Amino acid sequence: MTVQPVTPPVARGHNFGQPVIDTDIHCTVPSAQALFPYLSAHWREYISTSAFKGPVDTPYPSGAPTSALDGTRPADGGPPGSSLQLIREQVLDAWSVEIGILNCSYSVDGIAAPDTAAAMASAVNDWLIAEWLDKEPRLRATMLVPTRVPEMAAKEIERVGGHPGIVQVMLPVVAQALYGQRRWWPLFEAIERHNLVASFQFGGASGFPMTSSGWPSHYVEEYVDMAQVFQSQLLSIVSEGLLDKFPTLRLAMIESGWSWLPGFFWRFDKVWKGLRRETPWVKMLPSEYVKERMRFSLQPLDLPRDPVIVQQIFEQLDSDTLLMFSTDYPHWHFDTPEEALPVGLTEAQRARILYDNAASFYGFS
Amino acid sequence: MVLAAERTDVARAKRRLAVIDCDIHPNLENPGVLDKYLSKRWQEYRKGVGGRGFAGSYYPRAFPNAARTDSHPPGGKPPGSDLDFMRQQLLDAYDMDFGVLQPLLGSGGLRNLEWSAAHASAVNEWQIENWLDPEPRLRSGLVVPYEDGDLTVKEIERRGKHPGFVQLMLAIRTSEPLGRRKYWKMYEAAEAYGLPIGIHFGGQGGYPITGAGWPSYYVEDHAGMSTAFQAQVISYITEGVFEQFPGLKVVLIEGGFAWLPVLGWRLDAAWRKLKAEVPHLKRAPSEYLKEHFWVTTQPMEEPPRPEQFLEMLDMGPWMMDRLMFATDYPHWDFDDPFEALPKVKLPDGFEAKVMAENARALYKLPVRAGRA
Repeated sequence: MTVQPVTPPVARGHNFGQPVIDTDIHCTVPSAQALFPYLSAHWREYISTSAFKGPVDTPYPSGAPTSALDGTRPADGGPPGSSLQLIREQVLDAWSVEIGILNCSYSVDGIAAPDTAAAMASAVNDWLIAEWLDKEPRLRATMLVPTRVPEMAAKEIERVGGHPGIVQVMLPVVAQALYGQRRWWPLFEAIERHNLVASFQFGGASGFPMTSSGWPSHYVEEYVDMAQVFQSQLLSIVSEGLLDKFPTLRLAMIESGWSWLPGFFWRFDKVWKGLRRETPWVKMLPSEYVKERMRFSLQPLDLPRDPVIVQQIFEQLDSDTLLMFSTDYPHWHFDTPEEALPVGLTEAQRARILYDNAASFYGFS
Repeated sequence: MVLAAERTDVARAKRRLAVIDCDIHPNLENPGVLDKYLSKRWQEYRKGVGGRGFAGSYYPRAFPNAARTDSHPPGGKPPGSDLDFMRQQLLDAYDMDFGVLQPLLGSGGLRNLEWSAAHASAVNEWQIENWLDPEPRLRSGLVVPYEDGDLTVKEIERRGKHPGFVQLMLAIRTSEPLGRRKYWKMYEAAEAYGLPIGIHFGGQGGYPITGAGWPSYYVEDHAGMSTAFQAQVISYITEGVFEQFPGLKVVLIEGGFAWLPVLGWRLDAAWRKLKAEVPHLKRAPSEYLKEHFWVTTQPMEEPPRPEQFLEMLDMGPWMMDRLMFATDYPHWDFDDPFEALPKVKLPDGFEAKVMAENARALYKLPVRAGRA
């Protein structure tokens, strides 16, 4: 069987005639050594002399076509997303980005030893601040936390969550427990108190399969299955009363897809009506919690380039504030920059998606 | 207790379109009923160790037996265990042409695979004697020990030709994604016997229902079941099951359907970029979706504005020929044949197709005398 190679297009930007906020730019730790300035002597020695060289899991296999657009590999040979200069050129300048949020998918959640995970998360956060935020005023960042121990995650938020460039906390969706559950409350208490956003992101290395029937065979399945894990997290967050417990908590779903939301609302709202006695703290329709407190990054656009369908889905969502523009650089979602937006948006929808929704959600003035 | 027969007007039913109900749950009067169909060894096993499935995965239903409060037959038997009462409350009340049974007795989720096979055979014999033979309007799924290919093939060979069985019966939560090779012997036999793979809500495969562990509440398990269905559809298509078994048909029972067209879009978008990984796929994933999957309606997704139901159909027009009405009798989330479809002008012919004709065509059921 001949396998036709599939080649990602070249990274290109687009001028929408207005500034944009990009809510999903991936930056990459090039190697554990890059974190040495931010690690204690103990951890530097441990990394140098043991088999531990940082997390081994990744939600984005480096050779997969989806993981890197053409031209995103820096000249120094580092991985795509590791060069500030390229991110300035290929994202911030190319798309007229006024504010861009860095998401570093360094899988500290896959590190089983809690102190190691905490040290690596702290090092990445200090690296983000020193090497990205301090150098480029257009950037903001998602901080990492050692998610397996929520109390340690809360401590890390105490340490760096007040930095003005840190806007949210990375929570990979394939977690060791559903995020609505009480074990996580110390983490969400810290997120809310620091006025940060809880950012649920594609992937996760909890060791659990992402489907209810175990591990799928192919990466393409993992990729498609990930939307269901977001759906499960939404069910948990609403049903457990997380949003009632923390009344100012805001949640961002990053790279979740969102065209599945209308059908999800219809099912969840209907079942909740029948079973609401079980979760009496849930005071509104589940879809209302989502619309009030959650936002979704735009990519991937899992819907046809059909203006009628796009407008139908917007009406079904019954909200014009849910979506926030994202390039998901350096990942491949669209072939031409024009395809970065759904087709047939009204002027008002376009402006909200490109800028206003994220500005008001994150409180960018 | 208000009986459906008192609430509904049989004359009104007769003026309406034919109804085939694709999801009816018969129940045992008591667990000992199965002993008649079990060998001595398994009779003792049932009374001894009993059913060992996967612990920690049970969410208490909102009502006993998950049943409608009016569905308890006179005399204290469990809901769904009395054929006469089922006739009165369902088959006659709605003047149904046919009803397709889905016994939820857990055979396929038993960890002892020999016990799973013996249990499945006993359930099938019980179905024939107590439901299929006495009531010509009933059909059912052949229960199989689906976690073992050889034992499943044996059961298909034993009873797969009985005219009462119109599909295999699986549960959606299995021990591996259903597209994987472990299940291919079952598909080979099912294809050869012309039996669709019916897969019902529920079951146990040893994994939590979410990619992030066990939820706390039944509402999450119930609304979340559509995630289990989505994952299985993804697996079936991506593994190339339909290239291997081009005649295979899959029926998704009680998993919802509003997510189907959207999943097709997402699969196609990902496949376009990652197709080198799955060269056994000859066409876009949504093409397989359109050709090989049927879906039952209950619990019918209810958009806030009924026209949105039509928009959903427009997003997957192929569903017009794939949706099959189901009540889920006697369960609490029953959809009434007279009330379930949205109150909006439906496309011409759609109502007849969804209420009966799609199921009649799939299951090769006869036209009832006197029907147009």
